[in-house]
Amino acid sequence: MSMDVTETQPLGKAIKRKEDPRFIRGQGRYLDDIVLPHMLYMALVRSPYAHARIKSVRTEDAYAVKGVKAVLTGEDLAAMNLAWMPTLAGDQQMVLATGKVLFQYQEVAAVVAETREAAEDGVSRVDVEYEPLTPVMDPFFALSSDAPILREDREQTNNHIFHWEVGNKEDTDAALASSPVVVKEQIRMPRVHPAPLEPCGCIADYQNSTGKLTWYVTSQAPHAHRTVLAMVSGLPEHMIHVVSPDIGGGFGNKVPVYPGYVCAVVMSIKLGQPIKWIETRTENLTTTNFARDYHMTAEIGATEDGHVTVLKVTTIADHGAFDAAADPSKFPAGLFSIVTGSYRFPVAFAEVDGVYTNKAPGGVAYRCSFRVTEASFLIERVMNTLAYRLSLDPVELRRRNFIAPEEFPYQSPLGWVYDSGNYAKTLDTALAIIDYSQMRREQEKRREQGELVGIGISTFTEIVGAGPSHTFDILGIKMFDSCEIRIHPTGKVIARLGARHQGQGHETTFAQLIAQELGLSAADVLIEEGDTDTAPYGLGTYASRSTPTAGGAAALAARRVRKKAEQIAAHLLEVSQDDVQWDGTRFSAKGLSSRSVTMADVALAAYTNLPEGMEPGLEATYYYDPPNLTFPNGAYIAVVSIDRGTGQVHVERFVAVDDCGTVINPMVVEGQIHGGLTEGFGIAFMQEIAFDSDGNNLAPNFMDYLVPTAVETPHWETGRTVTPSPHHPIGAKGVGESPNVGSPAAFVNAVVDALAPYGVTNLEIPLFPWKIWEVLKQHGLTVS
Amino acid sequence: MGRTVINDQIMVHVTINGESRHALAEPRTLLAYFIRDNLGLTGTHVGCDTTSCGVCTVLLDGVPVKSCTVLAVQADGHDIETVEGLGHNGQLHPLQQAFWDNHGLQCGFCTPGMLMTTTALLRNSVDLTEHEVRRAISGNLCRCTGYVNIVKAVLEAKRRMGEETRKV
Ligand code: FES
Ligand code: FES
Repeated sequence: MSMDVTETQPLGKAIKRKEDPRFIRGQGRYLDDIVLPHMLYMALVRSPYAHARIKSVRTEDAYAVKGVKAVLTGEDLAAMNLAWMPTLAGDQQMVLATGKVLFQYQEVAAVVAETREAAEDGVSRVDVEYEPLTPVMDPFFALSSDAPILREDREQTNNHIFHWEVGNKEDTDAALASSPVVVKEQIRMPRVHPAPLEPCGCIADYQNSTGKLTWYVTSQAPHAHRTVLAMVSGLPEHMIHVVSPDIGGGFGNKVPVYPGYVCAVVMSIKLGQPIKWIETRTENLTTTNFARDYHMTAEIGATEDGHVTVLKVTTIADHGAFDAAADPSKFPAGLFSIVTGSYRFPVAFAEVDGVYTNKAPGGVAYRCSFRVTEASFLIERVMNTLAYRLSLDPVELRRRNFIAPEEFPYQSPLGWVYDSGNYAKTLDTALAIIDYSQMRREQEKRREQGELVGIGISTFTEIVGAGPSHTFDILGIKMFDSCEIRIHPTGKVIARLGARHQGQGHETTFAQLIAQELGLSAADVLIEEGDTDTAPYGLGTYASRSTPTAGGAAALAARRVRKKAEQIAAHLLEVSQDDVQWDGTRFSAKGLSSRSVTMADVALAAYTNLPEGMEPGLEATYYYDPPNLTFPNGAYIAVVSIDRGTGQVHVERFVAVDDCGTVINPMVVEGQIHGGLTEGFGIAFMQEIAFDSDGNNLAPNFMDYLVPTAVETPHWETGRTVTPSPHHPIGAKGVGESPNVGSPAAFVNAVVDALAPYGVTNLEIPLFPWKIWEVLKQHGLTVS
Repeated sequence: MGRTVINDQIMVHVTINGESRHALAEPRTLLAYFIRDNLGLTGTHVGCDTTSCGVCTVLLDGVPVKSCTVLAVQADGHDIETVEGLGHNGQLHPLQQAFWDNHGLQCGFCTPGMLMTTTALLRNSVDLTEHEVRRAISGNLCRCTGYVNIVKAVLEAKRRMGEETRKV
C-alpha cells in the first residue's frame, strides 16, 4: 500500500512512517523509560479540599519513612522566592500551596525518596491541617457580589480575571434589533481533559560540578519550557538543557509548566541527584490543565430568506483557581474570534469574561488553536437552530451564507484575514460521499416507522499555525518556528526543528518535505527535534502549527541550501549560475539536460571541489515568521439513530471531508483525522470533568472520565479537497486539530435533528444516554 | 514451595519471552513495574494504574492481562510474553508489520499493549470479523489513531498469517 521512502519526489505520497519500527518493537524511549544513575523519585502531597486554609504542614513523620530523602513545602519554596511561578497566560500560580488551597488535589508538599513506593509512603505521612472553606464552584456565582474572593494574592475585589471583546458592539446591537429573524441559544462546552495516554512528567538532573541542568520532560515546546524555567529558577538559560524524548500523546496537555516540574528541579539542585516525577492518571485528570469550560450565549440575526446579518456572542470562561490558559499574550480568549466561522457575517461582536473558581487551573487549547473548538461548536450549532427556525435544510442555509471562493482573501468582521478556501466544494464532496438526498429520503421513511434518526452537518473553518509575530507571542516570545538543515558530503541530511511531535509523524513528513525540496529521498533525511542543545529555537508543536510554521521554515531552509547548491552546480557544470536549471531532482545546464548533477554530487563538491573563494559546507537555517495564519476547513456529516429504550445514540455513519491545503503524506493526514474525530466523539457523548458542590472532582480516573473505546467509536469515512494556502511556502495549512474542532457540532446537530420533529432545538453535551433518555421521556418517546 | 525472602523482598522467578529471569520485589510491587524496572523491559507501559487503559497488557501463560493489576509475586513461576518477544531474529511479527503498513499507531504509547492483546486474539481465533476485533481491544484505549487503522491492521495480519499457514 505505501510508497517507498527512497523516492526523490515524495511530497503527497503515503510513505510509511519511519518512526514506527521502534514503537512496534517496544523500543520507544518515553520519559519513564529513562533511568539515570542515583536517580530518586518524587511524589506530591495534594489537598483533599477545594478551598481551605492551611493551618500547618508537618513533615517529621515523612522523614521517618525508610528511603525518604527530603520533603519540600510551600514555606521552603517561599524562603527561596519560588512559592509562585508565572503562568503562560501572565497570571501567577502557587507551586506548593501556602496559606490557602484553591482546588482539590492542589500541590501542598513534595516528597523525594529512593523508590516510587517510598515516596508515596512519605506522602501519606505528611500531616497537613486544613480549615475547610466554602468552595466557589459555579462561575456565575463567582462573579456575584456574594462570592468570597478567592485570590487574596492579587488584591482583587472580585473573582473576575479579564474582560475581552472584539467586533463592533453598537452596530451588532443595531443589526440584531433590525433583523427580521433572530435566534438565540445557550451553548456550553463543559470542562474536558486531553488525557494523553502517557501522563506528564520530568526528570531533573542538576550537575553540581558544571552547574548545568538537564531536564527531560514530556514537552510539546522544549525551547519555550527552557526559557520559562530560566525565568522561574534563575538558572542561566544556556545552562538548562531540555530534552523532550518520545512523547505518548500531548493534545495541548504538555504545553504548560506544572508545579511538579518546578519541585523536581528544586529538589535536584538541593540534593544533587536526578529526580523523576511522573503523574498518576488521577493527578493528570485532576490537576494537569483541563480544557473548555465555556458558557456561551449566541444570537444570530438573519433575513427571512436565510441570509445571516449579524452574530453576537457573550461568554463566561471558567479558568479555575489560576489563569494558566495557554494563549498567545494578546488573546486572553485565544482565537475565539474565529466564531463567525465559514459565513459572511457583515457585523459581529464577541465578548468573554474569565472567572476564578475553586477548580484546577488551566484552559489548555485541547487539540485546537486556543478556543477555536468552542467557537466552531457555537457557530455550527446555532446555524442549525437558525435553519430550523427558517424551515430551511441546514445544507441550503450554509450554501446561502458561505464566503465564496472569489472573496478570498476574506476580511472577517472580527479581524482575521482568511487565506483561501472553497467551502461549497468541500461540502459538496461530503454530500456526495454520504449521498445526502438519499439519506434524507431514508430518514423520512424510518421516521414514519417510529425511528429516531438524525443527520448532522458541520461546515467549519479552522484557524491554525500560530503565528505571525506582529500579533502572536507567548510571554513576549514571538511565535515563529525554525529549521536547520545540514547536508553531509555523501548527500545524507540531518534536519533539526524547533517543533516537537507527540505522535504526528514529523520524522516522516518533514523528511518528505525536505527531500522534495532537495531532490533527495526521504530515507536520506534524518529529522531531529526536542533537544534544545541541538535544535534551533522554536515555539513547539500545538495548535496545528508544525506544518504551517516549522514546515514553512523547513521548506525555506531547504531553498536556502538549494541556492548555494545551484552555485556549486554551475561550477561543476562549467556554466554561469544563470544557466543552471533545477528540475526537482537534478541541476542541469539550460537547454542541455544531458549535462546534469544531482544534489548528492553537489554535496560532495561542497566539501571537496568548490568554486574559488566559496565557503565550504552545505547547510542553512531558517527562522520562519509566517505572514498570516492558515485557515483549513471541513465539512462533516454524521448520521445517528437513538435507541428509544435506553437513550443510547448510535453513530451509523460519519463522513469527514477536510481541506488542509497541500498534503505532505495523505496516510498521516488521514490518521490525524481519525484520531481527532475519536476525541471529538468522546467530547460529544461521554466526557465531562464535573464537580459536586463541595468541590470534589467527579471524574478523577478512566472509570469515571470516559475515553472512547473501539466498541463505541464509529467507523470513519474521509475525503479531501485541496485549496493551497497562498502565502505558505508549500501551500500547507495544518490538519491535526480540525477533526476535534469540527466534529462535536456534527454529532450534536445529528442528535438534535433526530429530535427536531418533537420541538428539540438544543441539547447540552456530553450527550450521555441518561440525558437523552430524559429528553425522550419528556416528549413521550421512550419505549420499554 | 518455599520462597526466598531478603530484606522483606521476595525473589520472583519468571520466564519472560522465553528467557528465565529472576529478581527481588516487594510484596506490593505490580507486575508492570517489575517488568519495567526490575527486568528492564520498558516496552510495557503504564498509563493509568487502574486496569482501564490497557497499555500495560502482557501475556501471562498466554492470556492477556493488565500487568498493573497483577502483583509481581503472583507471576512467580509463570510464563510472560511482552512486546519485546514478538518477531524472530530481528524480523517483525506479521502483526507488527501490519500495524506499520496500515498506520495503526501514532504516538506508539498504546501500541505494545494493543499488540499483545491482539497477539492472543490471533492465536485463539479461526476467523475474525471487525466486530470481534473491536470487542477484543475494547480494554485497550488509544487516544491517537481512532481505532479504524488498528482494526484494519489486525484483520490484515490474520489474513496474512492464514496465507502463510496455507503455504506450509
Ligand atoms: S496501566 Fe494497566 S491498564 Fe492502564
Ligand atoms: S498511538 Fe497514541 S495512544 Fe495509541
